[in-house]
Amino acid sequence: MSEQVAETSDVVLRLSGVVKTFPGVRALDGVELEVRAGEVHCLLGQNGAGKSTLIKVLAGVHRPDAGRVEWLGEEVSFSGPQAAMKAGIATIYQELDLVDYLTVAENIYLGHEPRSFGFVHKGQAARQTGELLGRLGHGEIPPQRLVKSLPAAGKQIVSMARALSHSAKLIIMDEPSAVLAHDEVGNLFRIIRELTAQGIAVVYISHRLEEIREIGDRVTVLKDGRTSAVNLPARSTPTRDLVSRMTGRSIEYVFPERPNTAPGERLLEVRGLGRSGEFTHVDLDVHAGEIVGIAGLVGSGRSEVLETIFGARQAEAGTVVMNGKALPPGNVAAAVRAGIGMAPEERKSQALLLGEPIYRNMTLTTFPGYATAGFTDAGKEQAEAMRVADQLELRPRDVRRAVRTLSGGNQQKVVVGRWLLGDTRLLILDEPTRGVDVGARAELYQVIRDLAASGVGVLLVSSEVPEVLGLSDRVLVMREGRVVRSAPATELNEEDVLDLVMAGSLTAATTEEVAA
Amino acid sequence: MSAEVGVKDGVALNAAGPRWWKNESAEGLWRNLGLVGVLLALFAIGAVIRPDLYGNIDWVTNNMMVILTQAAAIGVVTVGMTFVIIGGGIDLSVGALIALSGVWATTVATQSFGPAGMIFTAIAVGVGAGLVNGLLIAYGRLVPFIATLAMLVAARGLAAAISGKQTQVSNDQFINSLAKERVLGVPLLVIILLVVAGLGWVLLNRTTFGRRTIAIGGNAEAARLAGINVRGHTMLLYALSGLCCGIAAIMLTSLATSSQAAAAELYELDAIAAAIIGGTLLSGGRGTIVGSLFGVIVFSAITNLFAIANLPTEVQNMVKGAIIVVAVLIQQVRFSSVTQFARRHGLSRPKAGTPQQT
Repeated sequence: MSEQVAETSDVVLRLSGVVKTFPGVRALDGVELEVRAGEVHCLLGQNGAGKSTLIKVLAGVHRPDAGRVEWLGEEVSFSGPQAAMKAGIATIYQELDLVDYLTVAENIYLGHEPRSFGFVHKGQAARQTGELLGRLGHGEIPPQRLVKSLPAAGKQIVSMARALSHSAKLIIMDEPSAVLAHDEVGNLFRIIRELTAQGIAVVYISHRLEEIREIGDRVTVLKDGRTSAVNLPARSTPTRDLVSRMTGRSIEYVFPERPNTAPGERLLEVRGLGRSGEFTHVDLDVHAGEIVGIAGLVGSGRSEVLETIFGARQAEAGTVVMNGKALPPGNVAAAVRAGIGMAPEERKSQALLLGEPIYRNMTLTTFPGYATAGFTDAGKEQAEAMRVADQLELRPRDVRRAVRTLSGGNQQKVVVGRWLLGDTRLLILDEPTRGVDVGARAELYQVIRDLAASGVGVLLVSSEVPEVLGLSDRVLVMREGRVVRSAPATELNEEDVLDLVMAGSLTAATTEEVAA
Repeated sequence: MSAEVGVKDGVALNAAGPRWWKNESAEGLWRNLGLVGVLLALFAIGAVIRPDLYGNIDWVTNNMMVILTQAAAIGVVTVGMTFVIIGGGIDLSVGALIALSGVWATTVATQSFGPAGMIFTAIAVGVGAGLVNGLLIAYGRLVPFIATLAMLVAARGLAAAISGKQTQVSNDQFINSLAKERVLGVPLLVIILLVVAGLGWVLLNRTTFGRRTIAIGGNAEAARLAGINVRGHTMLLYALSGLCCGIAAIMLTSLATSSQAAAAELYELDAIAAAIIGGTLLSGGRGTIVGSLFGVIVFSAITNLFAIANLPTEVQNMVKGAIIVVAVLIQQVRFSSVTQFARRHGLSRPKAGTPQQT
């Protein structure tokens, strides 16, 4: 027993066989993880591999359904985020959870202010804040400044100082570099090195392989909720090995076969589209009967491109031409009139009236067309909605039921059905299978393929590379606001695309390896 | 796309649909029945306190008309308010707009144009001010609360400036006679309320205007991404509320045979409260005209009962406050605990289509 303790004395966190299921999804399916004091442990995995769920388990947001979580040598089960924080696990999320209109010091000591008899010692909080920021090498940030006025990098530092104020022994960072400019990443790494030098462990999540090479000590790879590799050395593991452990699905999705017919006339022509800070020089075409897929990470500008084409965001540069007619920028109604429909990324907040019946959600765009002199025709709307519900095999088939009662996949069918009712010639789908369970996915794929077969052009975005490759006829890869590759889906494979998405390091590494 | 599919499928749907007592619209029915229950309770209390009066059928009929007449002007305003709230907004300026419309319609200059001129002026001022509200909110991106609060202050100020803080007497016989007129024994003002409410019901439930209102209030982003002109419609909602204020201004002028800048004070709160106890969600997207109408009548009946029982108005306001709280609490209880309780004990079948565990 004592030898064992000696052997593993520097392990602060150990997970074994951790399982977490949500309705319809097994998000974590036996995860192993071992984090040592003073190391930077990188988590790698595609979207949907279970990284976010794992973070939430560690942060005490979710409780695992099975498996052991050992923290500092003892099995623990955190009752909530506060308990995890108290135990010394701090999490820095991508969307920093700071209060904009409080000062730096107030944010850092939020909930555990130095106080006596209910009175906060402001001076003491400010002094301690100064010390914490100094430890992070940022003594120049004034403790009394409003957090709102800080840039993203500064807010990140405040988050880390808050973690230190809880005397955290483990800091989880969820894609911290995503919000930073290139030169700020170097500073982030310097801070991380200082933290680890103080014996603090860091779990670092990033999609950028070159960052993992630079800052990481060991890598754990997740795939489909399972650990596909543990404790790989971050610097020496060949990129190809890392990528191959992330790819190759253990759950195989059935994609409908591509028809051999050539696509029809050009429907959509986008040239030089750009919005500052989001994306630049995007060119793309969609033809009738064609499915065009965009692969890219969150933040690559993919969703922004879709919303700009649809007019939900105002284009700052470039043109969108539909059916030979230029669309006015930032005008959804004009895009809809031109025959474009969109199923947005956030189904519940951007597409549905959850309390309203299915048929009213389906006819949200077309109801004036069924109306006579401004009077709506509920019977006709229900009949039309029913026709589409049959076509999409909506379950349950009762169109007067509230949309809230439907599963994710069927809610998505309602959104797609909305555009089938209209005269939609181009359908834009942003993450069409998010929150859709495995069985319903195959159905949705078939629906999308059938739509294309009927002559509709489809432009879709997905975080899941296999989905983009399996479903699309042509694929565009986006990274940091630019289209970096455009090719027929048959000419691309998952590893190439994933590599392009994650910064082109595979090609670079291959050249290096060859050179060496 | 054949049109014939229509009716038959519609009927088939009904048969396959949820049983009527589980229907969404049935929720509104139950709530309205609850408000009718409150009215009956108020009647019963009155009958206990003053059996001499409540035993007289003529007095009772007449008193009902008094209650409805008291409710008429505020009821018209509440119809407009219901639209605004369902559309995701709020209009704090209604009382002030009534005062402004009334004062503007009773200046010496306006009165010289006769009753038609007075009615036109009141309505034009109401709609115009409502459009300003709508412009500020839809295109100026002001929060409805702030835009209409500013309008409340400014409109009262303008009304005071126009009237010189004097009560303006209406000398127009036609306008003054409106409040005394009865059709088949029903006061004309009550008939105006019923007509406005009826039109409001049709507008909300049977027209594209109503559908847009519900869509925008339920999920403005979804409505926008479905191609609905959210801003344009928002503006129309405030104009509609202004229109109702103009109508109410004429009704109040007729009742008082005069107008003043301090008229219709706190009507905004009464209208909001009536809409809420009638089941309109303050967050938008759901509400009924009939519920709002009952809400107004309940408040009017409480005022009436207190007057009959000779109780002080302070107590009356406390009771009204309590009723608002109780009404909202009952709604919350019905929507959460009772349904949960029922589900937990297998009293209602789990809703089909909810994601199954795999």
